[in-house]
This record gives sequence, structure tokens and C-alpha cells, in this order.
Amino acid sequence: MTETAFDGTDMTGAGRTPRGAVRRQLRRRGAVTIGLLAAVLAVPLLPLDPLSVDPFARGLPPAFAFPFGTDLLGRDVLARTLAALAVSAQVGLAAAAVSTAIALAFAVAATFSQTADRIVGVLTELALGLPHFVLVLMVAYAAGGGMTGVILGVALTHWPRLSRVLRHEAQTVAAADYVRISRALGRSRGWIARHHMVPHLLPQLVAGFVLIFPHAILHEAGLSFIGLGIEPHLPSIGIMLADSLRGLMAGHWWVALFPGLGLVLLALAFEMFGETLRRAADPREGVA
Amino acid sequence: MTGWLLPLLRDRAIRLLWLLPLASVGLFTLVSLAPIDPVQAYVGARVALVGPEQREAISAAWGLEAPAYERFWLWARNAMSGDLGDSITFNAPVVQVIADRFPASIALVGAAFILSFVLGTALGLIAAARRGCWPDRIIRGVAVVLAASPGFWIGLLLIAVFAVGLGWLPPCCATPPGMIADEVDLAARLPHLVLPVIAVSVVGISPLILHTRQRLVAFLESPAATHLAAHGARPLWLAFGPGMRHAMGPAITVHLAGAGELFGGSVLAEAVFAWPGLGQATVRAALGADAPLLMGIALATLIFVFAGNLLADIAARLLDPRLGTEARQ
Repeated sequence: MTETAFDGTDMTGAGRTPRGAVRRQLRRRGAVTIGLLAAVLAVPLLPLDPLSVDPFARGLPPAFAFPFGTDLLGRDVLARTLAALAVSAQVGLAAAAVSTAIALAFAVAATFSQTADRIVGVLTELALGLPHFVLVLMVAYAAGGGMTGVILGVALTHWPRLSRVLRHEAQTVAAADYVRISRALGRSRGWIARHHMVPHLLPQLVAGFVLIFPHAILHEAGLSFIGLGIEPHLPSIGIMLADSLRGLMAGHWWVALFPGLGLVLLALAFEMFGETLRRAADPREGVA
Repeated sequence: MTGWLLPLLRDRAIRLLWLLPLASVGLFTLVSLAPIDPVQAYVGARVALVGPEQREAISAAWGLEAPAYERFWLWARNAMSGDLGDSITFNAPVVQVIADRFPASIALVGAAFILSFVLGTALGLIAAARRGCWPDRIIRGVAVVLAASPGFWIGLLLIAVFAVGLGWLPPCCATPPGMIADEVDLAARLPHLVLPVIAVSVVGISPLILHTRQRLVAFLESPAATHLAAHGARPLWLAFGPGMRHAMGPAITVHLAGAGELFGGSVLAEAVFAWPGLGQATVRAALGADAPLLMGIALATLIFVFAGNLLADIAARLLDPRLGTEARQ
């Protein structure tokens, strides 16, 4: 993955950052991301009612009573955005978890068996052969839409990149001298896996999980936007944005701006945290 | 052309020969798994007007009673002779629906391809030339935020600002309202293209910025650049002269290989702007349980992605002669 020339020049461009700086960034971004996630997941505990309709407050611009304004039916955009982000986060976590599990299973299988390696290779070609969103849409369609459809759609399409990284890492470790020495010393497969494989694969696995999350929530919004995603009775950023089209034509910019902004913020936090995690997991990686 | 083109083409032709049938089986499985009843989706709101006998007649006419493998076999035999079946939602042959909508899609994706390439590489070059300074920080920030933004949301904001707020550009469709599509000239069409193209480009800009920047920084910190600088080359000339040549080749390759993703983004952008292309047809096919059309479009996008990757491979070898020799050895 990283392009390092033989003489050790870092082809990725910038020089190396001291490990301490990466660790500090990791701690800062990790705190922000996990805090944001916890806050979003805790939204259903708040006494908010995203479904309540106020017929006297239809299409109001942002003001003190409704900081994000109200939509054409008189629903509070702030309450709906927060409730929708909670659903997004749940979908994102589930999809990223399943996708990471698939990537790990395929990478492990490919490391130990050549046949499995070939099959995984063909599956990778197939998964990368269609534009991501088209494949996500096909899988969601096959699952009949809904939350399960979104989770399956994202999970079944986002494993190839992580799987490739894990496979490469596992093969590098399996061929390393210290593993051969361990084997010669009579260590069991389980011992080698615990002491050599897991410490190398775990950081990549965590980084992969965090980096799939933003894709998951963006795809969820897209699928819900066209009506193939989250069930219409649940709050969803995609459905809010689809509803916003009518409001937009009447000049109600807030019904589109704020839900999207919330989604971007959540995706951005994970994206940046994931990048730092990936950098921390790879000792060769500089700061690009 | 030093004899690498033919082996490459042969290799890719063989790959397409196994990829297409495998993808067809996979896609057909997906489409058959869908729990949506196509007859119900077809009848839709006319539910009171269609009795059980008529439903059975529709179902029999579409051959839905046969088991999945038999239907696949029939589909595959027809597909080999160029017949992908009939679309339910458009009531026309799938091939014709795709052919009718392809020009609108290719205009959108093609323009977005060019726009995102120009913006992505330009911003990447500026960032690298001014690395560490404020333009670099801003551009990198923009790239990261764009990577986390859904293109269709950007499209909605564009409508809010430029169509509704300022009234400069039309908010939807490919032609002015009330006119027959064939009678509209190019000048009347172009304004309709602007906002959708920007919304689709968003997908392609951010990876290109980061990639171009990385390549140019690698060059600017290489011994060759140090040598030129020691001879008195100005930093800006270094970046936009020899540096640009260094960064452009990989940028073209990366962009071609990612062209398929632009098509993925166009599905949603076409939904936002009611653009009459393949993306809109995809959405209508999925909502209308139009399995033949979904299969046809999915296979068409597969060929689209495949062509992008092939062009990327060819471009990479044309632009970097070292790759050709490596492949021969």
C-alpha cells in the first residue's frame, strides 16, 4: 500500500512525523469521534419528538424556538436531524462491523489456502467491477430495502480494500524471520497467531472499521434519498433530504442544509480519526 | 507502442469473458432474491382495477412461474444474441431504454469527468507548490470535507443557492419546461447541465487533489528537483513546469480508474435534478421491481468501469515508459 523505495525514501511525499505527534493527534481525534458518536447514539434518550407536527409552525426559518427551522409539515428540523443521525450511526456501526468481519474472514482464508485466495480474488474483482453505489443499490434491492437492506448493501460491498490490506499484512508477518524462528522453536499455530498475527492485524482492523463507517452512513443517506433505504416511518437524513426538495423550491434552504451538515460532520470525524489510525498502524507511513 | 498493447488487450479480453458471465449470475441471483412482487409494483395504485385473473395473466406473460435457473438460462441465451429482455417500467426493450438514456448520462458524467480533473489537479498542484502554507491547509481541508460530503446534498445546496436564491440556473431537467426535447438547441441545454455536473464532480475531486499533491511533493523533494533548484530554478517554475509533467500522468491514470464512481454518483445527482439519464432509470427500475432493466443497467455500468480501468492501464503505460519495460521483463 505504501510506496517506499528501497533506499528508504518516503515516496508518499512529506517527511515523517514524530510518533509522538501522531499519538497526540490520535488521542485528540479519537476523543472527538467517540464523544460525537456517544452523543449521537444517546439522542433517543432525549425527550425529543421528531414526529410531532405543529400546524402553526410550518416552514419557519431558523430562530430561537427552532434553531434549525421547521419543515413544510411543521416538524422541528433540529429534533429530526438528531434522531436521524442516531439511526445513521446505528446503521454505520452495524454495516462497518459486518464488513470488517467479512474482510477479516476472507483475508485469513486467503492466507492459509491458495484455493480460497483465488476465490477471494474473483469475488474482489466482482465487487470492484461495478460502481460502488450501483452495487450497494443492487444488494439493498435484493434484501428488499429497509435498514437490513442498507446494512447488507454496505457490508457486502466495502470489504475488498480492507481485506487486501489484511491479507498483505498477514502474509508479510507469516513470512517474517521471527515467525519462522518461533515455528522452529516449536511454538504452536495458536501461539504464533496470538503473539505475532493479532498485534499486527488488530490496528489495521480497527482503522478499517473506522474508515468504512463514513461510507456506510453516506450510502445510507443516498439509498434512503431515492426511497430504497431506511423505512419511511424512521427518521433518516436521506428521507429528510428527499422531502426537502419541495421546501427548497419555496426558498427553505434550512431543510436541506442542516441535516446534510450533521451527516457530513459525523462522517468527517470518522474519516479523520480513521486516517490517523491508519497512519499510526503503519510505521512506514509519513504524513501526506 | 512497444508491443505491450496487444498482450494487454488480450489479457483484458479474457478477463471480461469470465467477468461478464460471473457478474450476470451474481446479479441475477440478487435480482431474484428481491422480495418485491413485480406484478404488485407494476399494478401499483391501480390495485382496485386489476383482478386476480389479470394478475395471473401478467405473471404468466412475464414468465414468473418458471424456477430461477430456468429464467436465468432463458435470459442468458437471449442476452448472447443482444436481447436483454423488456423493461417493465418503460414498456420497451432494455437495450433501447439504455440506448435512449445513454447520451444524457454520458454528457453528464463526461463533463463531470473533465471538470473534476481540471479542478482536482489544479488544486493539488497549488497545494503541493505551497505545501505547509495556508493555501495548502485550505485545499487539504476542502479535499477532506468533500470526501465526507454526499454529492447529492451538494446538489441540493446548489439548487438552493443558484436556482432558487439567485435564479441564475434552472433547478432541474435537461430541457426548458414546455418544449419538446428534440427541438431544444445546445445553447438552451447547457445551463441545465451546469449544476448537475458540479454535483457529480464532487465525487472525483477530492481523491485527485490528494493524489496530485502527493506526487508533486514527492518530486519537489527528490534529488532531481534539488539539483534544478541549485541551478537557480524558481520554486513555482519547478512546480508547474517539470513537476506538473511528473504529476499529470499518475493523475490521469487515477482519474480514469475512478470514472466508474462518477457514474455511481450520477445515480443520485440525476434523482436530485430529474436528469433523464441512466441513473434516473436505475432508480425507477429499483422502485418498480424492473429486474430486466436493473440487470441491463448493472451490466452496462460493469462495462463502463471495465473500460475506465482498461484506459487507465493504457494511459499509465503511454505516460510512463518504465512500466512498459517492466511488463516485458
